[in-house]
Amino acid sequence: MIGRLAFLWPEIALFAATCVVMVMGLSRSFSVRKASAWVCGIGLIVAAFLAATTTPGAPGAPAPDAAHGQLILPWMVPFAKSMICLVALLLLPLLAGTVDRAEEARIASSRAGFNPLRSNRAEFYSFFLFSITGLLLVASADNLIWLFLALELTSLPTYIMVAISSSRHRSQEAAVKYFFLGAMGAAIFLYGFALLYGAYGTTNMNAIAALMRGGTLSTLAMAGLMLSLLGLCFKIAAVPMHFYTADVYQGASAGVAAMLAFVPKTAGFLAILLMVGMVGWNYGPSGASLPDSLRLLLWVIAALTMTVGNVLAILQSSAKRTLAYSSIAHSGYMLVGVIAGPGDGSFTQNGISAVLFYLLAYGVTNVGTFAALACVERPSADGSEPRELDSFDDLRGLCRTHPAAGWMMVICSLSLLGLPPLLGFFGKLPLFTSGVAAGEIPLVIVLGLNSAIAAFYYLRLMAYPLLEEPGVRSGELVANPFLARRLAGILSAGGVISLAVFANAIMKQTTVAGKYPAAAVASTKAEPSLTAAEQR
Amino acid sequence: MQNAATPISAAAAGFQIQDWWLVLLMAVPLAFSFIIAFGAPHRARATALFGTLVAAALTTVVLFQFNWGNGAAFQFQNRIAWLPSLGISFSMGVDSVAMLLIALTGLLGPLCVLASWTAITDRVRTYYAWLLALQAAMVGVFIARDLILFYICFEFTLIPMYVLISLYGSTNRKRAATTFFLYTFTGSMIALAGLVYVAWVNAGLPKDAFEGAGTWTFDIAVLQQAAQGSLTMAQQSLVLLALMAGFAVKVPLFPVHTWLPLAHTEAPTAGSVILAGVLLKLGTYGIYRFALPFCTGAFIQYAPFLAVLCIIGILYGGLICWVQTDMKKLVAYSSVAHLGFCVLGLVALNTAGIQGSILYMINHGLSTGALFLCVGFMYERYHTRSMKEVGGLASKMPIWATFMVFFVMASVGLPGLNGFISEFLCIFGTFQASDTWGKGVWGSSGAPVPGATPGNLGPWYALIAGLGVIVAAMYLLIMVGKVVFGPLREPGAHGDAHGSHGESHDSPGHLPADLTAREITALMPLAIACLVFGLYPMPLFDALKGPVGETVAMVQDVRENGLNNGAAKTASVIDAREGTR
Repeated sequence: MIGRLAFLWPEIALFAATCVVMVMGLSRSFSVRKASAWVCGIGLIVAAFLAATTTPGAPGAPAPDAAHGQLILPWMVPFAKSMICLVALLLLPLLAGTVDRAEEARIASSRAGFNPLRSNRAEFYSFFLFSITGLLLVASADNLIWLFLALELTSLPTYIMVAISSSRHRSQEAAVKYFFLGAMGAAIFLYGFALLYGAYGTTNMNAIAALMRGGTLSTLAMAGLMLSLLGLCFKIAAVPMHFYTADVYQGASAGVAAMLAFVPKTAGFLAILLMVGMVGWNYGPSGASLPDSLRLLLWVIAALTMTVGNVLAILQSSAKRTLAYSSIAHSGYMLVGVIAGPGDGSFTQNGISAVLFYLLAYGVTNVGTFAALACVERPSADGSEPRELDSFDDLRGLCRTHPAAGWMMVICSLSLLGLPPLLGFFGKLPLFTSGVAAGEIPLVIVLGLNSAIAAFYYLRLMAYPLLEEPGVRSGELVANPFLARRLAGILSAGGVISLAVFANAIMKQTTVAGKYPAAAVASTKAEPSLTAAEQR
Repeated sequence: MQNAATPISAAAAGFQIQDWWLVLLMAVPLAFSFIIAFGAPHRARATALFGTLVAAALTTVVLFQFNWGNGAAFQFQNRIAWLPSLGISFSMGVDSVAMLLIALTGLLGPLCVLASWTAITDRVRTYYAWLLALQAAMVGVFIARDLILFYICFEFTLIPMYVLISLYGSTNRKRAATTFFLYTFTGSMIALAGLVYVAWVNAGLPKDAFEGAGTWTFDIAVLQQAAQGSLTMAQQSLVLLALMAGFAVKVPLFPVHTWLPLAHTEAPTAGSVILAGVLLKLGTYGIYRFALPFCTGAFIQYAPFLAVLCIIGILYGGLICWVQTDMKKLVAYSSVAHLGFCVLGLVALNTAGIQGSILYMINHGLSTGALFLCVGFMYERYHTRSMKEVGGLASKMPIWATFMVFFVMASVGLPGLNGFISEFLCIFGTFQASDTWGKGVWGSSGAPVPGATPGNLGPWYALIAGLGVIVAAMYLLIMVGKVVFGPLREPGAHGDAHGSHGESHDSPGHLPADLTAREITALMPLAIACLVFGLYPMPLFDALKGPVGETVAMVQDVRENGLNNGAAKTASVIDAREGTR
């Protein structure tokens, strides 16, 4: 049992940091509570370091084996965990000042003393860390129950974070909506997991994978897989489980929305990769593709998700809602990589690497767009909480009135559009190449056309700050006092530009991470029909 | 042409300046773009002029360094590792076609700055910074020897142009800019899928097929070989369709041309000049550089279809011009017609046609660019482009009128000016591109034509396209007749006839009646070039002999030997691929 803990050092470190932050939340001293964000940051840095060094499969660490977790995509774990920690580090400054702002303003103006009961700060950050811990656990899950618990650990704190992210009723409404739909999604994939257990009599994913590849899929197993994938569509905000996205993103504060666009999505994609990886991309008599029905399901979901996301995004008048629908569309793009599968294992042909790289590219870029909204605000007349930027009108002329925020938005939305030479383009290109290599040319055309549809609203996101004159009410906008948010945005925009130039190192890492050792799992239960796949 | 696959490492050979000419050509405008963006606004236009002049000087140096005797070879090659995981490198090299287009870009740069000198008064830094970024991207398109580098520059031209149109254009500028962006972006996404497909086919080839085969690379020379050697007819047709989706929009060919008049009409003068002068050529250049060599077989097969599109564009564009009252729109639609000729020459697939087509790219850039300048200079004075409101300007603006008539003549194709030779060659090439006279007409089996090259076009195509020349003469001369000659007509109040022009930049109001020295300086180089290339185009022919000869030989090879037995080879590749799964 202790041995199994050896590959969980990042989670352990992060959990320790979470506990410290929670205990700090009990302190009667204001300054101790203020330090909670820093502890969070240190925890994340340590976790990233541990993930990159101690996780099985990482350079210098032992090779992955069945005692240390899943063998479905074991090489993905170190990359995914470090990548998650780094993007979380980028999200952390964006979350500055999300909670307790009014209370702290009162304290600062000496109208009130520090009241420990009124401060949510430490709880907020510990929920953030809980969620990231859950996300790390998803990556290494080797058991369906573990996977379920990890997914829930990722999501449950986000419900609360949405609720307390602003004092408006809309946030609470969003949280409730998110919670109920999230519970439904969880129920669906839990049902799927249960069916898988029913089909194979085990919850160990390595064992299930070996059984699935050893024979034909029973109807029960197929139903289980499909239900699981459908439930996971909620996490990645894919059609038909996307309905909550726009309302929740709009209701949450921009920082939390940025987190929602990355954390549950990454959890969902890692889980989907594991679930699809169980049955494998070399299934069936030809040994060259996913099971037909599964491929069809993913194909339809991917095409619908991109199209619905992009088309609905065009219709929005709120920047946050636009970004929410764009986040749906990006899930659709990434599904192309999931369908494409590992190919011959090189970066250009490996859809898994493409998805992992895209998750990073999307995570980094996405922070910048939401940071632009979080960096500027409209003070309210009645002294209540200032409003973040939301409508397109607010964005008018932002590059002139608030250059930092404006340019973040311009650069990052062009990157989301996939305009070369920004990071988004180099994220999308592997999806193109892996899709073509897997023979999914119609889907790649759909992807291309959707990128073109997306141009319509990304251009708007770019043109309003850059090209429009500041509107009549732009003068009321003031910069948000939390400079950390600006830092997050600047880092994100800088990353979008610089990673495009120096992305090769990351691409190499994702090539390793995307290795799909089909033979390794299958060899635990060798079947005559599998020898061809093994030799490969 | 095929030697580009060998990696050339500048580092190994020590520092040699010729390795870096092309990088400099791209880097200088880009550097000046940043200097302008972060410099003082009142120095922006001077810096821009200086920057474009430096770039032009550098272009001149490179023009002289270029070995024109060996125009088919890619020179100044350099390759810098970039993203090897994706098979992308910063790989450069120019042949004489690219070199000529780079020269055109370098020439138009300073002229555009001069043309914008007084017209742009608001947000000058943004304007000139994007103008120079655009120039860098255009140079990048022509120097690229890596498909993705090409694609990156090709796509990046959209953003500066979008900004230039939507910030500095006239009334309907936002819609025009968005239409322009969406049209071209959609097309090029599909083209990207086609390019990636070719790269995938190459990656699946046996490693010993030729150098670079069997690896995932975007090197143009390698992919060209792979596409020629192993795509079946069906595959070539699909790739051609995808590539044409990107390039035909840019040209623009007939059914997808609708963004062009809008964008041209709304763009600021310099924007129109660049759009007509260089950006449209990115499309024809793309067809020449990629669509034709990658899918030669399909190109030969679908040449008549493309030719019909071109001819429709020629006639339809011309007829629309005939009824225009907006001068700028007229010149814009005339571009549709002219580019029709340009592509028609290309699809003729013989020496005359292709040479004419490439010359057309240059000449159209010179004369139409100049026409846009002329219209722009007039617009700056009268704030109208309507031929109903202005007329007889010869008496008021004699210098302007002289230039206007001169460039209209060049555009019409008056022998002795540059337009004639290229238009003539395009039509002549089309005429020649036929195995037989009048085959299939009235059931005849046709008679052999002396001097004809194999092909499916022929005299009928040339005849109908030739009608376009007459139409062009008609509409352009009508415009000259109305605007330059006749009784003087001016809009009532200076600059504000209808108050319908919602410019963000107001008239500076102190322009003299006729052209200033600055404006003459902007027009003069173009006029000289038109005249020189009209009277003595031989240097251009010599320069183009090499690359055109290779292209024609390539076409000939495919005609005679089929698709290099491509069908069999690819089939075996695909079998091997399926087998390994």
